This record gives sequence, structure tokens and C-alpha cells, in this order.
Amino acid sequence: MTDISPPKGRGALARREARLAWGLLFPTIAIVALVVIVPLLAIFWISFKPVTLGDLRPAEIRTRVALRDRGDQALLELRVINPSREQEMRNAALNVTLPEGVALTGDLPQGCAMDGQDLSCDFGTLEAGANERFRVDAQVTGDTREAERAMRDAEVKATGHVSNVLTNSTFTLDNFRQLFSGSEFWSVLGITLFYTVFGTLGALVVGLFAALLLNKSFRGQGILRGLYLFPYVAPVIAVAFTWITLFDPYSGSANALLVQMGVSEGAINFFGAKPLALIMVTVFEIWRYFPLSFLFILARMQSIDTDMYEAADMDGASPFQKFWYLSMPQLLGILSVLFLLRFIWTFNKFDDIFLLTGGNAGTRVLTVNVYEQAFAVSNIGAGAAVAVVIFACLLVFSGLFFRTMSREEGL
Amino acid sequence: MKILHKGYLTGPIIGALWALVMSVTLGVAISFATGAAAKPALIGSLILGLATGFARVRIANRWAADAVAVIVALALMAVGLGALQFDDSFNFVWRVALSVVLAGAVSIPLNSILRELRFGALTRHQFEDAVIRFLTGFGYIFFTAIVVIPFYVMVMTSMKSQQQLMLNPLDFSIDLSRGWHLFDSYYELMTQFHFGRYLWTSFYVSVLTVLLTLLFSVPGAYAVARLRFRGQKVFSRGILLIYMVPMIVLALPIYIAYSMVGLRNSILGIVMIYPVTTIPVALYMLQGYFRGLPVEVEEAGLMDGLSRLKVIWKITLPLALPAMASVGLYVFMIAWNEFLLAFMLLDDPSKFTLTRGIASLNSSEIPRQHLMAGAVIATVPIMALFLGLERFMTRGLTAGAVKG
Repeated sequence: MTDISPPKGRGALARREARLAWGLLFPTIAIVALVVIVPLLAIFWISFKPVTLGDLRPAEIRTRVALRDRGDQALLELRVINPSREQEMRNAALNVTLPEGVALTGDLPQGCAMDGQDLSCDFGTLEAGANERFRVDAQVTGDTREAERAMRDAEVKATGHVSNVLTNSTFTLDNFRQLFSGSEFWSVLGITLFYTVFGTLGALVVGLFAALLLNKSFRGQGILRGLYLFPYVAPVIAVAFTWITLFDPYSGSANALLVQMGVSEGAINFFGAKPLALIMVTVFEIWRYFPLSFLFILARMQSIDTDMYEAADMDGASPFQKFWYLSMPQLLGILSVLFLLRFIWTFNKFDDIFLLTGGNAGTRVLTVNVYEQAFAVSNIGAGAAVAVVIFACLLVFSGLFFRTMSREEGL
Repeated sequence: MKILHKGYLTGPIIGALWALVMSVTLGVAISFATGAAAKPALIGSLILGLATGFARVRIANRWAADAVAVIVALALMAVGLGALQFDDSFNFVWRVALSVVLAGAVSIPLNSILRELRFGALTRHQFEDAVIRFLTGFGYIFFTAIVVIPFYVMVMTSMKSQQQLMLNPLDFSIDLSRGWHLFDSYYELMTQFHFGRYLWTSFYVSVLTVLLTLLFSVPGAYAVARLRFRGQKVFSRGILLIYMVPMIVLALPIYIAYSMVGLRNSILGIVMIYPVTTIPVALYMLQGYFRGLPVEVEEAGLMDGLSRLKVIWKITLPLALPAMASVGLYVFMIAWNEFLLAFMLLDDPSKFTLTRGIASLNSSEIPRQHLMAGAVIATVPIMALFLGLERFMTRGLTAGAVKG
């Protein structure tokens, strides 16, 4: 009996196709891995390390070699400095060629040796902040001034190895302990959630309203649609500074208007007072991102089959009923996907709040906290710990997202 | 809600709400245009709107409603209860004229909002249609105002002098008699603050980012969309996941790495990092587009003896040109607007991008109008590009970008 079932396993063609696919993907994978995966691993690594901003530049050995002529006796002076205040320096060494006519007559310091005119010294390990000075008697034949100048110009090769906090094996849990012990973390988390939830919901609702407005063809519809996208397209730095100007407590138009209309007595410090600042940055978030939800909802609306509405008209459905029972179920998919995606990205948002308030006046969200810890307090390790927390939240959210997404139609 | 389905209730209520909207709009507009006070008043607006709405449903004649609105507005003004409370800088003629304008702004739209309403009981359709027409009118005013005002403030502030700004923050007019001096801030930015150079830097960094992004993402997106291989599913999800990693989390290690290898303060470093932030977006958008292309065309090419790479080059890419244009535009926008990385990695003023340059203007020593002029300089090119290619842009955005 001959086997007539289809061939099993992967044939040559399938393998060739897979090879081509990996070939096409390789450059992308490589570069994304380099700039996304490696930094992600690095941030985990750093979050367990006591790193501050100052540790980023490793200390280098400093040396000085000078020839001094004190009348009858010439001296060669060697100085070796370890500028690091915390770390010892291992394998400190220097190498210098003495000018012609200079000979050392005195005892060489320990670890030093002469080979012809070459002086090489090995100082072993230098203590943190060590500043050592050695003097050796020397004899100069010929012009002393000339020899001194030549000595000053001579090239000194010095090496010394300071262990780098980033790469050594010191680990600490202090960053996380410090993060979770303070009450600050929980207030930051609360502020982040407020900003994220209301910013996302607000942008969705306002976007839905705008989409309903433009979901009919009339003259100028294209212009209005373009206009309503402005807040999203303009550079964030431009619109953020415009808002600051507009709501400035002293010279802002918004305050002047409110005072004149009799709504408020004096100037309101919109971006500088609790809890108004948090509300304002949330409003800014809604203002800036409603165009995006508007665009997506409008695109979905325009793809809904009109037959359904005609049938509803025949059955006498009122406009509100048509919206609630026909449009909304059709839009639910895009709305939930938009909600989750916007939720994640609002959670990740840094620029807007950083530019508007710098995280002051009760608007410090997690992402701004990363920056504050790492650069304002210059404790990079603590900043990395916050970043790890953000990443953990993100994993939870994206798990939810993928579950919803596989249920809804793919976006 | 059923109770409201009566013409004599719906008409006046919608009328009153509309009058409130119009008096606030007009009051704000007058204040901004003249710098003088025109306060919208609650009571006056409500009376004006109630009367006009009532007249419209009762008499069912648009001219009657207009006449009632004008008479009521003038009468209210005369007894000092006007919907707009003017300060002393408006003389009698102005007050009358503006009251008539307000009456028109209330009654003319109201005529069409309430057009099918009768005095007695209303059907559900009539009632809801009227509410929707009211909300539509309100929506157009609301959205146009919130979008136009900030951008107008940006342009207007950049064209003022320091004293004008301090004198009256409400004055939104642009003093055209200053002629070319309106552009003093721009001139100073270009000559003293090197904004010409920043513009150029931003431009070529963005263009390079677009080119590099497309170079890497087109083959990748094609492979994910078309070719069958193990791990395809995981891969297309992985793209989205990477697209969700917050920039600030990556920025910190990148800052450290750049500090150590000396790539900070170099355009090369920026050009190396920008494409990587945009490649996941571009991959995601492009693979969606490639999936939508008909497979048959490509199969025909394969049958006729083209290799896979030739098929991509000769068939798929020409078909995907519009998608590449929209993705390119979107990537250009991201790169042009990018702030965080430029802010962290660039300290040397000779290497600033435009956004970094604007950030450096934000100090108390530099006048506000310079900052706003910088904002205008950064906004205008991207807006011009966007308006010119709006169709591509909206398609690019909806193709899968929900990123902010």
C-alpha cells in the first residue's frame, strides 16, 4: 500500500520562506534589541545598584612629573593622585622618558625602575583620595632650564583602574526600599491613576462628541477635521508653553478674562496650586489627545453600513435610539481598544506634565518621578527603581490589552 | 424626558441655553477683540432666550422670532439687565449695535434649531432632532474655540512687545501699524539665538529618521505580514508590546550609555536613537497595510519567475507607496516634535534641535514673546506639511497609530 496522505513536516520551500523572513527581519530585530531590550535589562540591573549621577564618569589617575633645580641639587618630583573619593585605584602605574642629560642619582621609590632613560613605576593599589609625592635626587648635565622645560613637555603615560559601580558586583535593595517606604510613592501612584483614568476617559468622550459632529458631509467638513487635529499635530513643547502663557497668573489672558467676567476675584494660579494643577494637566491631556480618538471613532463610524440605519428609520427609531442601540454597539470595539491603548500611553506620558508643571504642585506622576529621582536628586539607581515599577505596571496593562484585543476585531 | 416633549417647554429651554452660549461666546469675543469688558449676564441671557424660543414656537414665523429677539435685547439693555453688561468704554451707539448683533446671534440659529417644533405636544423625533441641532451648534462653537484660541494666542503673543503684553493681557488684537516690527522676535531668534540652524538641524534629523525607519521597517513589515515562519504571531504582538514601552524607561539607560561612550551632545547619537523609537510604530502600521494588499498580484509575479525580493521591489513596494508616504509623514511628525531625548542628550547649543532650542528659551531672562515666536517657528512647518498632506496624514494615523 502506498501512503497517499499529504507530506508531513516542513518542505524545502517552507524552510526557504522562513529563512527569507528571518533574513528580512534580522536588521530590525538586531537594532530594536540593541536599543530596547538591552536598556530594559540595564534598567533592571541599575535599579539594584547604588549609582548616582557622579558615578557615570569613572575616575582617572592624575600624575605630575617635574624636574626642580635647587641651586646645587636637582630633584625629580613625582606626584600620583587618585581623584575618586570612594573607590580605591588598582594597578596604578606610570611610564615616562627622561630628557637627555638627566640622570637619577638617588634611590628610586618602591616599584620604580630605570631602563636607559625610561622610568617606569608601579604603585600597586592607591587608596581612595590618595595623593602621593616622591622625590628623587637627580643630576643634570648641560642647560638646567632646558632640561626642566623638556621634562615638563615629556609625555607621561599613566594608567590606573577604578572599579565602576555600574559593572562591579555591589548590589543593593535600598532603591526599592526607599521607594516603597516613603508615603510619597503612594501619592505619586494616586496622582498617576487620576491623570491616566480621567485623561483617557475625557479624551474618549470629547473625541466621540467631535466625531458625531463631523460624521456628515457638508462644505468645510475637511477643513474642520484638519483644524480639530491641530492640538495633536503641533509639537508638545509649543502647545505646552502656549497654555502656560495663556493661564499665567500675572499676564495670562485667561485670568484677565475671568476677573473681568466677574467669575473670580483675583488671579488664579492654574498650574501652581493644588489640586487645580492636576486638573489642569488632565484637561491639557484631554485637549491634546481628543483629536486622536476623534479620528479613530470617525473612521469607524464611516465604515458602518448605512442599511442598518435605513432599516431603523423604517421601524421608526428616534435619533437617540439609533445612536444608543445601533451606533454604540458598533463603536464599542474601537472604544475599548482605544481606551486601553490610550490608558497605557497616558500612563507612560512624560513630556506634557514635565513641561507644564515640572511635576510640582501635586502633579508628579511616575514617569516624572523617574526624571526627578535620576537627575534632580541625581540618584540614578532610585530613578531606575521607579522605571522598573512603571514597566511592571505596563506588563499588567498589556496583558489586559491583548486579551481584549483578541476578542475585538484587530486594530 | 417625556414631560419635555412639549413645544412650549422645549422651545424656551433650548432658547435659553442657546442664548447663554451665544452671550458667553460674544462676550469673550468682544473682550478679546477690544480689550474692554463685555460681561455675559445670566438673567439677561435667560430672559432673552426664553422670549425668543417661546416666540419661535408660538408664532412659527422666523421674522417674528427675529423681531422679538431684537426688541427684548434692546429693552433689557435699556433697563440695565442686558445679556451683555458693557463697561464705560462702549458708547450708546456701540451698545445698541452689539445688542442687535447678539439678538441676531441668538435668533437666527435658533430659528433653524427649533424649525419643526409646534407649540403643543411633540413627537420624540421632533424633540430629539431639536436637541441634536442645539448640541451640534454648541459643539462647533466649543471645538473651534478650544482649538483656535490657544494657537491664536501663540501667534499673537509672538508679535507683541513687552509693554503691550503687560499693559492689557486681554487685548488680542495685532497692531498692524507696527509693520515689520511685528516680526522683531522672529528676527532676534534667527539672528541672535541661532534658530535658523536649529530649524535646519531638526529638518535633517527628521528626514534621516524617516529614511532610516523606512529602510528597516519595510522588509520587516513585509516578512511579518506575508511570509510564514515560526513565531510570526509572537512577533507581531511583540512589535506592539515594544511600541508600548515608555520612552522615559529607555531614556535613562540610553543617557548612561551615551555618557560613557561620548555620544551625548552629538547629532549622530540623536540620529541613531530616533529611528529606533519609530521603527516599531512604522512596522506596525506597514504590516497592517501589507496584509490588505491582494496576494494574487504577488503570486502572479512569483509564477512568472520573479524571486521573492524582486516581487517585493517591483510589485509590493510600488503598490505600498501611499502607505509609505503616510508612515513617513507620521514618523517625520514624531521626530520633529520629539522633546524628551533631545532635552536629555543635547547640552551644546550648537547642536540643538528646534524643540531643544525652545526649551532653552524658557527662562525668566528671555521675554515671553521670544518663547512664543519659537513655538510658532516649530509649529508652522509641521502644520503646513500636515495641511498640505492631510489625507495621507489621517490615513497614516488611523492605520494603527494610537501613540501620543
